[in-house]
Amino acid sequence: MIEIKNLDFGYKYQPVFKNISLNFEKGNIYGLLGENGVGKTTLLKLISGLQKPTAGECLVDGDAPFNRWPETLQKIYFISEDFAIPEGTPINNIKELAPFYPNCNEAQFMELCREMEVDPTRKYGELSFGQQKKCLIATALALNTDYLLLDEPTNGLDIPSKTLFRQVIAKHANENRTIIISTHQVKDVENLIDPIIILDHDEVLLKATFRAITDKLYFDYGTEKDDTALYSEMIPGGYVNVTHNPEGVDSKVSVEILFNTVMKNKETIKQLFG
Amino acid sequence: MEFNAHKPIYLQICDQLYGQILSGELKADDRLLSVRDLGIELGVNPNTIMRSYETMTASGIIYNKRGIGYFVAENAKDLVLNEMKNEFINNELPQVVKKMKLLGIGIDEINNLFK
Repeated sequence: MIEIKNLDFGYKYQPVFKNISLNFEKGNIYGLLGENGVGKTTLLKLISGLQKPTAGECLVDGDAPFNRWPETLQKIYFISEDFAIPEGTPINNIKELAPFYPNCNEAQFMELCREMEVDPTRKYGELSFGQQKKCLIATALALNTDYLLLDEPTNGLDIPSKTLFRQVIAKHANENRTIIISTHQVKDVENLIDPIIILDHDEVLLKATFRAITDKLYFDYGTEKDDTALYSEMIPGGYVNVTHNPEGVDSKVSVEILFNTVMKNKETIKQLFG
Repeated sequence: MEFNAHKPIYLQICDQLYGQILSGELKADDRLLSVRDLGIELGVNPNTIMRSYETMTASGIIYNKRGIGYFVAENAKDLVLNEMKNEFINNELPQVVKKMKLLGIGIDEINNLFK
C-alpha cells in the first residue's frame, strides 16, 4: 500500500502540496487526473523516491522511498513522461535493470515486445518516440514490480498501439499490483482506470470508484439543458447534464465530463464523496 | 467492440453476451471467458467485467462454479429474452413513443408498416 499522510511539498519558489493525504491500495489501476501544474508528476516522483516530502509522510509498504532502501525501490518502477532515452538496445537495457528487480522476467519482456510489435534488438536511438515508449512499457511490465507508475503513457502512441496498451495493462494487472496512470488523455484509458483520483492545488478533490461515482452522480444524455444540474455540457446532438442521483439510477460516466463537473463544484463534490 | 456513448460499460458488456446467448453462439452450460481474459480482449478494467458477471449471475443468466469459472445457465435464453423485452418496453419504447408524438405518427401508421 502507498500511504500519503499530511504531506507537504514544494519546489524552491513554488509550493505544490499542503497537507494532502491519500492512499493507494493494491490490486487497482488508478487514474490520476488534474489540471496542468497541480502536481501529478510530482506525486509520482515522491512515491518513487525521486523527491523528498518537506513534511508529512509518503510510505510504500511502510517505508519512505526517499530513504532509497533497495528492498523498497525494487518494488517500484516509474516511467516518466520526459524519459531519458536509454543507451543501447531495449534488450540490453532490461538486462542491466534485471539485477535491481528480482522479479524481472526477460522471456516475458520478449513476449511483451512481440505483443506491442516492437523490435527490442534495435538501439533505442534508432526507434521512433512511440516505439521507444512501447519498449519502455514492455520493460516496466516485465520488471514485475508491485508498484507501477506511468506518467502520460499513451502520449506518442499511435491508435493501434493505444489499444495494445490497454490490453497489456489489463493483462498484467493483478491483485498484488498497484498501477497508477497519470494522464490528460482520458479517452485513451477511460475504461481501464478505476478508481479515479482528481487532484487540485493543495488537495485531493475526488477519489472514487466508477461504482461510487454513479451511485452519487447521474449522467443524463439528453436533448435539453438542465439548469438545475451540477454541470451541463453541450455535445453533438444535445447535452450531458450531471445531477445528484438520489434514486441511484445507473448511468455511464464520461470521465472528461466528470472532471469538468468536479472542477466546477469542488466543495459539493468533496462533501458528497468525503 | 465499440462502446456506445450513453450506457454504462458493464451493461454494454452484458448486452454483448446476451446477444451471443440469443444467437446461440453461447449455449447452456458453455463456459464464458474468464473475467481476466475478457478484460484483456476489451482492454477494460477487470472490476468492470466482474460487475457485468455479477449482474448476470444475480439475474440467473449465468452461474459461477467456484474456482472454475462462469457458465451459461440452462434457461438463460428465456431469461435474456425477458430481460431484453423489459428493457425495450421500459427504456426504449418510451423514447420511440416520444418521437412518434413529436413527428405526429400514429399507431395505425406503424401497424400498416408492419402488415
